[in-house]
Amino acid sequence: MKVALFATCLVDLFQSNVGKATVELLEHLGCEVEFPESQVCCGQPAYNSGYLKESKEAMKRMIETFLDAEYIVSPSGSCIAMFREYPHIFKGDPEWEPKAIKVAEKSFELTEFIVDVLKVEDVGAAFDASVTYHTSCHMTRLLGVRKAPMVLLKNVKGLRFTELPGKEQCCGFGGTFSVKMAQISEQMVDEKVCHIEETEAEYLIGADAGCLMNIGGRIQRKGKPIKVLHIAEILNSR
Amino acid sequence: MPMKIGSNDFKDRVEEGINDSFMRKAVAGAQERMGSRRQDAADQLGNWEDWRSHGEEIRQHVLEHLDYYLKELSDNIASRGGHVFFAQTPAEANEYIKNVVESKGAKKVVKSKSMVTEEINLNSYLEEAGCEVTETDLGEYILQVDDHDPPSHIVVPALHKNKEQIRDVFTEKLGYQKTEKPEELAAHARAVLRQKFLEADIGITGCNFAVAETGSFCLVTNEGNADLVTALPKTQITVMGMERIVPTFVELEVLVSLLTRSAVGQKLTSYITVLTGPREQNEADGPEEFHLVIVDNGRSNILGSEFQSILQCIRCGACINACPVYRHIGGHSYGSIYSGPIGAVLTPLLGGYEENKELPYASTLCGACTEVCPVKIPLHGLLLKHREQIVEKEGKAPISEKLAMKAFGLGAASPFLYKLGTKMAPTAMNPFVSGNTISKGPGPLKAWTEIREFPAPHKERFRDWFKNREKDGDA
Repeated sequence: MKVALFATCLVDLFQSNVGKATVELLEHLGCEVEFPESQVCCGQPAYNSGYLKESKEAMKRMIETFLDAEYIVSPSGSCIAMFREYPHIFKGDPEWEPKAIKVAEKSFELTEFIVDVLKVEDVGAAFDASVTYHTSCHMTRLLGVRKAPMVLLKNVKGLRFTELPGKEQCCGFGGTFSVKMAQISEQMVDEKVCHIEETEAEYLIGADAGCLMNIGGRIQRKGKPIKVLHIAEILNSR
Repeated sequence: MPMKIGSNDFKDRVEEGINDSFMRKAVAGAQERMGSRRQDAADQLGNWEDWRSHGEEIRQHVLEHLDYYLKELSDNIASRGGHVFFAQTPAEANEYIKNVVESKGAKKVVKSKSMVTEEINLNSYLEEAGCEVTETDLGEYILQVDDHDPPSHIVVPALHKNKEQIRDVFTEKLGYQKTEKPEELAAHARAVLRQKFLEADIGITGCNFAVAETGSFCLVTNEGNADLVTALPKTQITVMGMERIVPTFVELEVLVSLLTRSAVGQKLTSYITVLTGPREQNEADGPEEFHLVIVDNGRSNILGSEFQSILQCIRCGACINACPVYRHIGGHSYGSIYSGPIGAVLTPLLGGYEENKELPYASTLCGACTEVCPVKIPLHGLLLKHREQIVEKEGKAPISEKLAMKAFGLGAASPFLYKLGTKMAPTAMNPFVSGNTISKGPGPLKAWTEIREFPAPHKERFRDWFKNREKDGDA
């Protein structure tokens, strides 16, 4: 099965380890992974700030890049949610709407792809530690992916899971919200960090680089001993 | 703008909210209680999503045919001897109501809870005209006694106050001498309010839903105060937002069920009252004279616009109870009597962008509001539409942001520029990096790094790793 990897800009620039783990994990599961070089950003930073025109530039490049892929997979629920929004954004555009639909239909978040498309629930991973998991808002509410990461984590050998109190509450990232409304964002991420501490887990796991950068950055600033990992890194641990 | 509250500066209001630890504790507790009660009440039905779709359908149908239903409603009220007045502006509504009050020589008014009368600022208008206006909903009464403290929640107006604070208000303003026990506080308010009901010349209510087919209107409360407001005074005035209509009792049942479950997690509230026109000859109680004031105040401008779905709102407050931003800043930070997600969408539409331009940005677009809305208003999508409006049509975005987004557009349109930009990032950011992190960033990173660490860009981007790996034949 051929998979075109949509790495996301955050992973490309700041979290190459997440990209590597995703590639290795997919290959381990028998996929042939390619990385289309012309990929840019999904357009979300501009789109969510109200810059529709600018964001459409990015979206068109992404549609062209991935149009002929068999499957498009990304280690980010939020960025895939953006892909799935493309048909709505280009609604009524005779050239781009059909292409947007094509791209949206074959786009999958990593855990969703493994469970729903590859039909794998145990990736054969082992990780001997206590963890908790932050369910990102876009992944759960926009994309509707709630079960897949849980199913996969449950089957990781040695992993001890504690549910995060207030797990569906936003961490306060929200893209530009984190800097535009910094004073509010700070309160939100602090509450999230408090909840993570309550679980006494060694690791916080998530499936979205943005949320993890926000929560992880706050944990680091406060000097807390909690480590932060992307779910791809856990599933790629053997 | 009459619905405006608090200081002019959004950041100041937020700061005040964040520093109010009593309020934040009260709000967080209430959100959790009301959130889980709402969930239970929704789950009880077994097919909540079908109910939501049905609610959405009814509301959309009414909005598409609003002119028809408004005419049907007003004809039916008139045929029963009621008076109907269409007010385009708050001033017109207030003026009409004042004239009714004056024509009756009335001095004492009792009111049941109504957001639209807050919106048009009716109380202060009537007070200036020499009337004594008494709010009879307990939450509203507490706020009124506390020097007209504005509501911070559309269903639970005094949510920001705990019982000790309420005791202090009663002690200071009403000479109350008992404890902070809710029962004792309520009993005291009840004793005061009973007398007010008996003395009142005029009763003023809001309207949860008007039923077009019969010319009736429905009030949903838990205290029964609205029933006294409508039963005792000789003259009754009901004020409604022009979109709050259902075609028949069949649709009323669906929407009341969605409302009570979403607002307070109850199958039904203690009182659901439907009233139709003034007292008829063979009836024992009810007002001798009935006036319905239908308020537009900008609603017809929203109709037919890309924001039309906000008029589906049935004022349940579920979005407020689910909002993680509201949780930390409280209702007053929104600077409007409409707070939370519904307020962030509605306030700029009714009051303009100039004074409310921050509100659409006071959201992470997490979608919690959209998820709980019983009539499926795409709330976070509407916030996004506001942002587009502010950027593209109003041109009110900051210049630095515009430039950054222009650069984004250029970079994103050209994979070459994008790759160049990401390649240069580690070098450009190098002066700010210590170890693998940035603790004090420049420009837009400053606000980020005041709170958190920012990761240093990796020297080897993921795409470089992938390319090298292919070259090495590792793949």
